[in-house]
Amino acid sequence: MANKQTGNFKLETRNVELWYNKFQALKGISLGIREHHVTAFIGPSGCGKSTLLRCFNRMNDRVDDCRITGEFLIDGKDIYDPKVDVVHLRSNIGMVFQKPNPFPKSIFENVAYAPRIHGVVKNIADMNNLVEESLIKAGLWEEVKDKLQQPGTALSGGQQQRLCIARAIAMRPGVILMDEPCSALDPLATAKIEELIDELKGTFTIVIVTHNMQQAARVSDHTAFFYLGNLIEMNDTHTIFTAPGKQQTEDYITGRFG
Amino acid sequence: MAQHTYKRYDEELGTLKERVLSMGGLVESAIRRSMKALNQFDVEKARKVISRDKAINALEVEIDEMTRTLLALRQPAAGDLRFIISTIKIVTDLERAGDLAEGIAEAVLQSQDHPLTHLDSMNSLSDAVCLQVSASLDAFARGDVEAALACVESDKRVNKLFKSVQRETLSYMIEDPRQITTGIITMNIGRYLERIGDHAANISEMVVYMVKGHDIRHVDHETAAALIKGTLADDE
Repeated sequence: MANKQTGNFKLETRNVELWYNKFQALKGISLGIREHHVTAFIGPSGCGKSTLLRCFNRMNDRVDDCRITGEFLIDGKDIYDPKVDVVHLRSNIGMVFQKPNPFPKSIFENVAYAPRIHGVVKNIADMNNLVEESLIKAGLWEEVKDKLQQPGTALSGGQQQRLCIARAIAMRPGVILMDEPCSALDPLATAKIEELIDELKGTFTIVIVTHNMQQAARVSDHTAFFYLGNLIEMNDTHTIFTAPGKQQTEDYITGRFG
Repeated sequence: MAQHTYKRYDEELGTLKERVLSMGGLVESAIRRSMKALNQFDVEKARKVISRDKAINALEVEIDEMTRTLLALRQPAAGDLRFIISTIKIVTDLERAGDLAEGIAEAVLQSQDHPLTHLDSMNSLSDAVCLQVSASLDAFARGDVEAALACVESDKRVNKLFKSVQRETLSYMIEDPRQITTGIITMNIGRYLERIGDHAANISEMVVYMVKGHDIRHVDHETAAALIKGTLADDE
């Protein structure tokens, strides 16, 4: 097995195989994601990294002809157990997408919406505190505190993405999944998100899919390299980027692929 | 190894390697020529070695500029990064070895009124050092870890030969105090050669890092061999 990480994991997969109809997108993936660490998934398009990421909060459930075998565990418990409440699971595993997708509501409502419908906050004062705390953690509070009732869609792309992060962390999830969260942002907005990821890992476990290898090198503690549905190698990021164990990893990160 | 998607990057790395080997060739030549000047009492040859050190220095500057550009523009990783980092270090060792060869040539000029004799031990030392430098450059050119490790190990023999030169020179100085001036110059030349050997060993250590990613500096031979064979983790 190419995964050299050992120990206790927040998330774990065991021999995961996934098919979209007859196409096998994941082949025997076994890996562990450490708590309060940032783990990056890298690999060329179609390697299965986003597919795997989406499995962690069961986003493939609604995909027709998608078949999954093997195990996905969070805190040692099976994510795909029929008894698992998917809505509750997703409140514990937040997701940030490639393109910022704030709700067509105010900045305040974007953050308050999920806690309200899940009933996690008792009164208005608590809600105000939760929104403020989430926006502070997402590094957005200072920029929006005087315009909380303005539409979230009026913010810049980078601000919208941090609003989406605030929205995800308002539910106080254990895990935040990020699917290329900076690919639609300029370098400065990207730097702010990367800085934020570094701050957030003290509270959350973060898994990030990125096409930007320098970003993986900058933000992650562990890196997993995928190719054609296989996990080729997983190790601490320093090792992957200075002395990877597999030739395929070396070829990919040095720009020698295909 | 497969080519980079950016062909220019391959060319740049290839040029970098070629320049390092050219610099290595100049240093090897400077050592041999300075020793020839010493043996033949050839002051002109010694002066040529001194003037040619400028070419070695110019290559150092050129190679440093190339590595800075590669780091800034290509953001190298893994094997490419190790190659460039190793190059930066190797070039420093080569430049210092070139300076030491120049030092030998300057010693020839210093001793022109009293040409040095009793050079047999010195020539044995110089032969061993030249072999060591060639071996380190060959190991770099071929990415040969085993050869690099053997070159590091050969430094022990060079150190022994230098000790012989020291002992022999000291006994001549004790026997005849008039030989103290030439004795000191002889000691210096021996020291220069021994240091060139150290630089060759450094180069070989960097070759191991370049190829395998293991840092074998300041570890004993057995540990280095075990690291290379993969039977020992880096942090042990």
